[in-house]
Amino acid sequence: MNGAPRWTAVALRLRPPPVAIAILFAALTGGALVLVSGHDPLQAYAEIVRGSLSRDSLPDTLNWATPLVGMTLAAALPLRGGMVNLGGDGQLVIGGLIGALLPLVLPGQGALVSIVALGAAALGAGLYAMLAAWGETRHGIPMLISSLLLSYPAVGVTSYLARFPFRDVATGLPQTPMIPEAARLYTLSGPLDAGSLLIAAIAAAAIFVDRRTVVGYELRMRGKNLRFAGYGGVRLDRQAMRTMFASGAIAGVVGAILVLGSQFRFIDDALLSPSYTWSGLMAALLVGGEPAGAILSALFFSALQTGGFAMQRETSVPRVLTLVLQAIVILFLAMRQGVGRRAS
Amino acid sequence: MSGIFTPFLFQSAVQAISPILLASLAGVLCGRVGVFNLALEGQMLVGAFAAIVGGYFSHSALGGVAAAMAGAVAFSLVLAYGATVFRGDPVVIGIGMNLLASGLTAYLLRVIFGVSGTFSDPGIVGLGRIAIPPLIGMPILGWAFGRQSVLTWAAFALTAVVSVVLFKTPVGLRLRGVGEQADAAETLGIDVARYRVGTVLVAGALTGLAGAQLALGAVSVFAEDMSAGRGWIAVVAVMLGRNNPLYAAAACVLFGFADALSINLQSEGLPNQLTDISPYVATLAALVITHRRRTRVLKPPAEVDAATPGETATTQRAVH
Repeated sequence: MNGAPRWTAVALRLRPPPVAIAILFAALTGGALVLVSGHDPLQAYAEIVRGSLSRDSLPDTLNWATPLVGMTLAAALPLRGGMVNLGGDGQLVIGGLIGALLPLVLPGQGALVSIVALGAAALGAGLYAMLAAWGETRHGIPMLISSLLLSYPAVGVTSYLARFPFRDVATGLPQTPMIPEAARLYTLSGPLDAGSLLIAAIAAAAIFVDRRTVVGYELRMRGKNLRFAGYGGVRLDRQAMRTMFASGAIAGVVGAILVLGSQFRFIDDALLSPSYTWSGLMAALLVGGEPAGAILSALFFSALQTGGFAMQRETSVPRVLTLVLQAIVILFLAMRQGVGRRAS
Repeated sequence: MSGIFTPFLFQSAVQAISPILLASLAGVLCGRVGVFNLALEGQMLVGAFAAIVGGYFSHSALGGVAAAMAGAVAFSLVLAYGATVFRGDPVVIGIGMNLLASGLTAYLLRVIFGVSGTFSDPGIVGLGRIAIPPLIGMPILGWAFGRQSVLTWAAFALTAVVSVVLFKTPVGLRLRGVGEQADAAETLGIDVARYRVGTVLVAGALTGLAGAQLALGAVSVFAEDMSAGRGWIAVVAVMLGRNNPLYAAAACVLFGFADALSINLQSEGLPNQLTDISPYVATLAALVITHRRRTRVLKPPAEVDAATPGETATTQRAVH
């Protein structure tokens, strides 16, 4: 096995200077913003680090990372092929609602029910994401736009279903009834449940497919040069449909994991308010969709966001600052890569 | 006639059209110089927030509108330089700017006003509706335009202005030249980068007006992410209109009526979770109908480019 050189190559690719510079730039701009708003930036950043990486808070970071890594992979897969899936929110809630409703109606007990629910969530959300790819390959509707526009009806309809037909009348809140305890995901230790393992497995599979399989090679080729890939014999329309199905399916699984593993019911807006979709998209953009790098940047972003809670608690700097930092990193990188392109 | 097509429908439709129309005019201008603008949503949001800040501290609607334009122009610098001088990917920049706008406005809302969610204050003067007595009595036209804010009229007037400037003036000719054949324009002595940056900034001012209409038009309030997808609908209007301001305006009229209809359906007792989606469904339907015919003629489905929608992005790439 030629493991050693590969790993150094990976390590080099994962720590390219531009990312470090972008993070530094974001930290400086964000620090200025904190300073202007009358707080101490150093203290704020110290709280972010302490609130995400200390022994007490590391479980929270990992807990946040499970859905975020999932949504990052959902965004990274199409990105690897030069496609953008902006409809993660819609796919997430479809998966979540299916995951919340199936255990209520399915006969039987235990792990089988949750496996079926996870599978159905993946299928439903995957097919919905595929709709955008179908619109592009058959009708030429740009997926970038259609995937996002399809998200709004999905969010609206699931919200309606959770508020009216499937509402838990006992609580009076916009949420579906509790799923039976037996159908919930198995808890390993602390924040980690079977869902975390599933996401880790999906992550490993994504890396494997990307590096070792024909499918992954063809997808990377598409991302580098669409026409060349088509000329080389890749069935572009099928590839787009397949990739979007996989992307949506991952988003659906994330929704179902959140419901089956921690919320135990579909609560209106609860899946969307942490904005995993957009953080995931940014984490994937950071590395151009390369799966291993995407996972690392997702872990970085989940540390940032988990630390944000501690920062808000301790220094009263609003934690939405972390969203600003993420956006600045992406913008800086987008421009910086452009500069490099011109120079070469 | 009286069931759905009430005076209220026309009034609320025109009101819904104006911010989308202003934003899509901005998108048209950017598209014409070869800069694909996906950041309309974020630019509008920054404009809306700046309008409330300006209105709050100046105690005048004019101050609010001026602040909205200034804020949106400043924010547009990112796109103006990022997508031209620095040659960043306009799609990535657009996504980044939308998220930056969402985060920055939420952050500043907490820092400046100490609240989260929504903010309104009696001290903020809205644009107010101006009534035109001779119009009010007329059916349809009077319903639609009898009582509207200045910015609503401005939106429709600017559609005409942008059309004339683009197609009937030397500046417009150069501008289109920059978008269609940058190299040719360059050899004719046109500073391509300056035209691009300038146009994107002017477009930024238009998105500022869109934001001001959103925040100060009907009720004076700012809510987090209050642009709520309108910027994306404007992007679609630009695409449907193929960078022509009049066609884009026609698309905006369609979306405005879909939006107004959703308010009507809501008052009929339908839950708003369902009625709120009607503008997006109308947008999707418009995309399906218009693209079906076009693509069959133009190119086989396999050749449709994935990450670069519309012809704007193709021009953009040809420039590099």
